[in-house]
Amino acid sequence: MACRTCLWLLGTAFFTCTVRLVVEGTEVGAPQGSHPEPGVVGSNHSQAGGGHGSSISGIQIVTFKWHHVEAPYLIALWILVAGVSKMVVELNHSLTSVIPESALLILIGWILGGIIYGAGKMQTFTLTPTVFFFYLLPQVILDAGYFMPNKLFFSNMGAILVYAVIGTCWNAATVGLGLWGCWLGGAMGDIDIGLLQFLLFGSLIAAVDPVAVIAVFEEVHVNEVLFIMVFGESLLNDGVTVVLFNVFDAFVSLGGAEIDAVEIIKGIISFFVVAFGGSLVGIIFALLISLLTRCTKNIQIIEPGFIFILGYLSYLTAEMLSLSAILSIVFCGICCQKYINANMDECSVTTVRYVMKVFANGSETIIFVFLGISAIDPAIWVWNTGFILLTLLFIFVFRFIGVFLLTWILNKYRLVPLEFIDQVVMSYGGLRGAVAYGLVAMLDENKFKEKNLMVSTTLIVVYFTVMLQGITMKPLVTWLKVKRAAVTELTLAEKIQNRTFDHMLVAIEDISGQIGHNYMRDKWHNFEERWLCWLLMKPSARKSRDYIFNIFHQLNLKDAMSYVKEGERRGSLAFVRNETKADVDFNKKFRASFSEIMPDIMADNMGPDHVPLSSILQDIVPSVCLDMHEQDLEMRESEDFNAHHLLQQHLYRGRKQHRHRYSRSHLETNKDENEVQEIFQRTMRSRLESFKSAKMGVAPAKKIQTKHQKKDKPQKMPNGNSTDKSKNHPYGDKDLEFSEGDCGSGGEAAGDLFPMRAYGVEAGIVNPAFMAEMDPMDNMQQMQQIPHVALLPQTLNSFDP
Amino acid sequence: MGSRASSLLREEEIEEIKKETGFSHSQITRLYSRFTSLDKGENGTLGREDFQRIPELAINPLGDRIINAFFPEGEDQVNFRGFMRTLAHFRPIEDNEKNKDPTASEPLNSRINKLLFAFQLYDLDRDDKISRDELLQVLRMMVLRMMVGVNISDEQLGSIADRTIQEADQNGDNSISFNEFIKVLEKVDVEQKMSIRFLH
Repeated sequence: MACRTCLWLLGTAFFTCTVRLVVEGTEVGAPQGSHPEPGVVGSNHSQAGGGHGSSISGIQIVTFKWHHVEAPYLIALWILVAGVSKMVVELNHSLTSVIPESALLILIGWILGGIIYGAGKMQTFTLTPTVFFFYLLPQVILDAGYFMPNKLFFSNMGAILVYAVIGTCWNAATVGLGLWGCWLGGAMGDIDIGLLQFLLFGSLIAAVDPVAVIAVFEEVHVNEVLFIMVFGESLLNDGVTVVLFNVFDAFVSLGGAEIDAVEIIKGIISFFVVAFGGSLVGIIFALLISLLTRCTKNIQIIEPGFIFILGYLSYLTAEMLSLSAILSIVFCGICCQKYINANMDECSVTTVRYVMKVFANGSETIIFVFLGISAIDPAIWVWNTGFILLTLLFIFVFRFIGVFLLTWILNKYRLVPLEFIDQVVMSYGGLRGAVAYGLVAMLDENKFKEKNLMVSTTLIVVYFTVMLQGITMKPLVTWLKVKRAAVTELTLAEKIQNRTFDHMLVAIEDISGQIGHNYMRDKWHNFEERWLCWLLMKPSARKSRDYIFNIFHQLNLKDAMSYVKEGERRGSLAFVRNETKADVDFNKKFRASFSEIMPDIMADNMGPDHVPLSSILQDIVPSVCLDMHEQDLEMRESEDFNAHHLLQQHLYRGRKQHRHRYSRSHLETNKDENEVQEIFQRTMRSRLESFKSAKMGVAPAKKIQTKHQKKDKPQKMPNGNSTDKSKNHPYGDKDLEFSEGDCGSGGEAAGDLFPMRAYGVEAGIVNPAFMAEMDPMDNMQQMQQIPHVALLPQTLNSFDP
Repeated sequence: MGSRASSLLREEEIEEIKKETGFSHSQITRLYSRFTSLDKGENGTLGREDFQRIPELAINPLGDRIINAFFPEGEDQVNFRGFMRTLAHFRPIEDNEKNKDPTASEPLNSRINKLLFAFQLYDLDRDDKISRDELLQVLRMMVLRMMVGVNISDEQLGSIADRTIQEADQNGDNSISFNEFIKVLEKVDVEQKMSIRFLH
């Protein structure tokens, strides 16, 4: 079945390509070849009018206007092909767990390229640098910046910078010089190349590529420190790469003679300007975005659009000023994430996240497919065994040496030293990718006689790293027993304790009089809270910023979600009505007073794995929610069963969640359905048992409260149970789920207290007579409820037992 | 100030502190000069007001409790040894110490001792249990205080405290004992989270 679908899809792709080529062939005269001009994928005809040109004899009902739609059609078709390739790749899950998706996509690119070539058409579709750098790369990097775990990133910033700057320079220098030395020694035969060109080549091949790193490390969940090192390095080394590339390019143009100390100093200065300038541009745009989202309350529907446009503009602005565009867009994403998530409406936040992922994923797919296709172009292939093999050897060996050297120096200053195994994985994870290819394709053929050789070598290096190292990464990580990412979510105690630790460390640093890492972070926090949040966040967002409160809110949301899910599974939420302590008051507590809260908690580097639940809640459950902790509070005070057993079954425990899982395609937490079910069943069972075992009338006398009241105090019934406030039982009064023999006893007991026996049939029905016994309730509330109670008799009478 | 300060600290004392706390010679000297700079009364001990003079400590939610932690039971002054002893809890655990002779007493910066320090921050009355109220007090202090308008009701804090205790409590006494505390934090990298780098 899967095979058939696979073949069918491949056939479709083949067919699409052929159709396109045929159409192309009939319309276009000469083959285009891979053109270095800026151009969209494929040929770009400017069609002023219909392409046919011949005189029209009569009215044509239908015409085939290919040229009219050619350019956008081809683009759309290629995107479709890339998407279909991804679908084909993901068909077989066992395959993707062994071979990373990126490698398979390159493979499909080869196949497609082969089809196109075999059809006789020259390569019209290659990954041109313009398309790559302007249309495909920005969204990948924006996605990386937006989802970056900030706390982790900045606490390891020093190490990341060392690897990015010094490491890349080291790689560039050693590879370039090594190749030059070998060329001098004659290992490469006779090629027209010089020292500067070697250095240039070294600088473009030295950089670790973010796209490749994400693609490969996504499958392999290494521990977060290791991941952030490699990933952060791949993002930040763009500053160095851009500078080195431009500097050596200029040197090659100038010729060797013109280089003197002044030029070299200029080169070093330009590094600082490019790197810091790029970051500054990004930060400015982040400020702009945050300020903008502060004011977009009335146009929430297009709020998400601003993020993308401004992000893209930051990229282009930096590019325009010849600063580092990647650094710009990365810092834009990093700096704005907190504020826009706080300011924007939940739906907008969700939209931004998903759209970001769609774009990034799509771009990545297209990039890899085209990397494959670009290979099938005989015009660029120049084979020089020495050059290619030596390049491969050098980048591999010098990467290892560089990483180990730098780590040895860094470990002297780090609190937690990087282990040997982590260093091995870091060296091995230095993958090269499309950025290198984009850079090499931008070289001028006239200045670089051996451009094709370099292009071929770059492609081979990219294939080698992505495919070979990608495939072997997972087994290597398993074999070396690298520490993997933590799978379980932090418990509440751990979260609070982490906060305590932070405060503790700051205090100790203050006392011992040294300016340490924690001190700086604390100072930044204070500054941020006082000034930045005031400036960049909406007032309502500011109120709900507190970490502890957010924890609390999240937990309640989770509980509520789970109860609702269980209720839906069982057909209704009536099981809630059974419960002695179902305290249905979430709505009152949270909706009324905190209606604008952002449940998206990104405080403290929890990754954006929390789906905003309350938006879903609003749709399903207008007024039901559970305040479980309050119930248990009551229980422990009044009942005599083992509270801690019950409490251990609480839903928020033991839920598996992938924290910091930097995943291209998975945004949500891993909700283990079976686990949730099981917990529910256990909880429900024990509740029913407790219900049975309670001595006094544990009848849940529930009041209807249809009004939001300002402060909810857990109402205590005389027998110590809290009341249940539920609305007009929107889930059907007719549900008999509760009736497991308890109804009788409940009703019996209730009957003693509540003369209105008729109401006691359903355990969860309000009893107006009972209301008078509510102590904490003031008369006001009582007054409010009686009219609502009056509604009940009708609904009850319609109930047919 | 430097030379005068170190001359007040005798070599044997430095050696003793070194053995007890594991700090290096230069670290001890450096911390001694810090001690003397805090000691305005110049009587060789620090009182609570000396600590409270540190400006950043005043805005730290746990500032008071940490200051308290320096002073042994019932005393109001702490000398340099006591000062170092408390600070030693925050020394990073080094690799060569991990394989120490198990019969030797626990170094001050071992995981257990670090956790004990953290535990005692909560447990003010020293009854070896963190009760709900004690936890509530800490939570109240840690809640954002700088911004106006963030008011979390005691009730909500109370429920957080309840849930935290529920998670940790195993014997049902509605409080967290030291062992339960250790168990709850077993996955946390305490060695890293409770260490600072002392400059040489």
